[in-house]
Amino acid sequence: MTQSVSTPEPVRTVRKVRKPSLGDRLAEQIPRLVVSPTLLIAVVFIYGFMLWTLVLSFSNSRILPSYGFIGLQNYERLFGNERWTVAITNLAIYGVLFVVICLAIGLLLAILLDQKIRAEGFLRTVYLYPMALSFIVTGTVWKWLLNPTVGIQRFVRELGFEDFRFDWLVNSDMSIYTIVIAAVWQSSGFVMALFLAGLRGVDDSIIKAAQIDGASRITIYTRIIIPSLRPVFFSAIIMLSHIAIKSFDLALALTGGGPGFSSDLPAIFMYQFSFTRGQMGVGAASAIIMLMGVMAILIPYLYSELRVKKDDR
Amino acid sequence: MKFRKSLLGAAIAGTLASSSMAGEVEVLHWWTSGGEAAAIAVLRDMVEDEGHTWTDFSVAGGAGENAMTVLRARAVSGNPPASAQIKGLEIQEWGDLGFLASLDSVAAADGWDDFLPEEVASVMKYDGQYVAVPVNVHRVNWMWANPEVLESAGVSAPTTLDELWEVADQLQAAGYTPIAHGGQAWQDATTFENFVLATGGPELFSRAFVDHDEDALTSDAMKEAFTHLRRITDYIDEGAPGRDWDQATAMVIRGEAGIQFMGDWAKGEFTAAGLTAGEDYLCVAFPGTDGMFTHNVDSLAMFTQRDSANQEAQATMASLVLSTEFQETFNQNKGSIPVRLDHDMSTFDECAQASMDTFVATSQAGEGLVPSMAHGMSTTSSVQGAIYDVVTAFFNSTSMTEDQAVSRLASAVRAAQ
Repeated sequence: MTQSVSTPEPVRTVRKVRKPSLGDRLAEQIPRLVVSPTLLIAVVFIYGFMLWTLVLSFSNSRILPSYGFIGLQNYERLFGNERWTVAITNLAIYGVLFVVICLAIGLLLAILLDQKIRAEGFLRTVYLYPMALSFIVTGTVWKWLLNPTVGIQRFVRELGFEDFRFDWLVNSDMSIYTIVIAAVWQSSGFVMALFLAGLRGVDDSIIKAAQIDGASRITIYTRIIIPSLRPVFFSAIIMLSHIAIKSFDLALALTGGGPGFSSDLPAIFMYQFSFTRGQMGVGAASAIIMLMGVMAILIPYLYSELRVKKDDR
Repeated sequence: MKFRKSLLGAAIAGTLASSSMAGEVEVLHWWTSGGEAAAIAVLRDMVEDEGHTWTDFSVAGGAGENAMTVLRARAVSGNPPASAQIKGLEIQEWGDLGFLASLDSVAAADGWDDFLPEEVASVMKYDGQYVAVPVNVHRVNWMWANPEVLESAGVSAPTTLDELWEVADQLQAAGYTPIAHGGQAWQDATTFENFVLATGGPELFSRAFVDHDEDALTSDAMKEAFTHLRRITDYIDEGAPGRDWDQATAMVIRGEAGIQFMGDWAKGEFTAAGLTAGEDYLCVAFPGTDGMFTHNVDSLAMFTQRDSANQEAQATMASLVLSTEFQETFNQNKGSIPVRLDHDMSTFDECAQASMDTFVATSQAGEGLVPSMAHGMSTTSSVQGAIYDVVTAFFNSTSMTEDQAVSRLASAVRAAQ
């Protein structure tokens, strides 16, 4: 907002001293000039489109946007739709399990790697590597692994365990958990890297002091090190939860939302209703609900961040 | 809906091959796979022979979803292509938005009403005027079978629903996967609509899926169709959920499975495997639907053009699409049948000939020819999606009863309208 309005104050003070050359004035404006296209793009293509989506969610849009105001009807339809209920329940299950398991595995791996072991660099890369794959690749690979007729189930059966069953992928009640498995596999290495950085930042002298006081290793971790990782937990949770809410490609590649729509997620729901089912209004309403979900996580985070900065002053 | 009068004049001019104006016609489609691309290339050549320019605008992927997304963006920006591959009730939706151009003058000059079945023509018309041109006809209610598998199980292809379950039992006893199925919403819905046609007949089918009559949607025949659909799950293999339809067809080709329920696009897979219709594979009407025809018609809808030369090119293309030459080549490549009732079928294979016989018979008798719900011919995309959801939820659930299914079907359809 302030970028577009020139601030007269400093110019006046400068003028008192000497008349600024054209070059000086240009130099003064350059940071603003450089920033303004990005700002404009961000304002139009992020906030502008958010606003447009909000408007559409109150409109009677079907296959194309239209602007007949119909109040909250789209939201009523959305929450009257059984599939949406399934999608948000799935998101809750998936989101909570994904975040908790990723944190647990990430922390455990980080602590184990932090024991000054040999070949740490190599192992770190091994755990971090899944991060380099796209969710589509992860989804496709796990689809084959989890498919009962070609994957793990068949492999174990061929080893001689005839009664072995692992058919979560094709079981309506369990399919959402297969997405958790694949997502955890992909993201826990990243969380490990975050924690590892945090662990390296813990002051050695505190740990030494605790050791002198006779604290056991477990006590040192549970009472000193892990509590001091609080900021890392915080940023990891924020990052993981927004990955969870936006999840689309992984579910689409792994289960396609199926069997039936048992592993549907809000993002898939939004895409289908907006773009393939000619119900753009309902799709926009679901997008707004998702945005509100993200904000419910982000606003407390931003609030606490800003407060910390004020304290620093 | 008002159409531009100037367009009518241009369209008449377009039917005359001697016209001098050279226009451009841009066609948005998703006929991108081998045979389909070759088929549409024929149309391009024919349009170019008439002196017009053809701009190919093919968007692959997502069974047309991607293409539709692009089309919406172009339409919103006020620059739609001359023609787009739009079918079924979507033509009406685009007509409601005021984007489509009338083809009545071409239709009158070429006499479309004489050789197009009324059932198909009505889908192509918006507000009584032709706005789209049909390209081909797919029959959805087909059953594909591997004769060797049937023989080794000591059965023949079933023709009634009772026989179907007997055959399925026999095939299972002989160690085969009786039914090759891909557990995707549209495949579940395709199978379901076949059962509805078998249990309720064409009359109930239309009342339920075209008129969305609540009594029809909750009728006993509908419940019976759900019961049959549930029964399928006993005869499919564990790997079915999420499987693509061509993978299921491959199971029949390899002799792992006995039968598959799929429209006649499956023929392309058999042909690609070098098999001959009637010898290496059988095409039989879905059990209990012999003499009925669920149609799935691909079409090109025409968008209003500002430039008169382009209008002319558009009209020329519309006329060429229904020419015998194009209908012959396109449908040979695509596995479907020509939409012209007067087409000579002697060069087509056994399945296409059988399909054409039923098509002609049902459209002349005025009954038995119904639009496919699962392929967007009978309902808007939103109602179709709502039906998909209920059908696939029922198919994948073990606890939902038939009564619950029909009541949910009725309320979902009501909510989506």
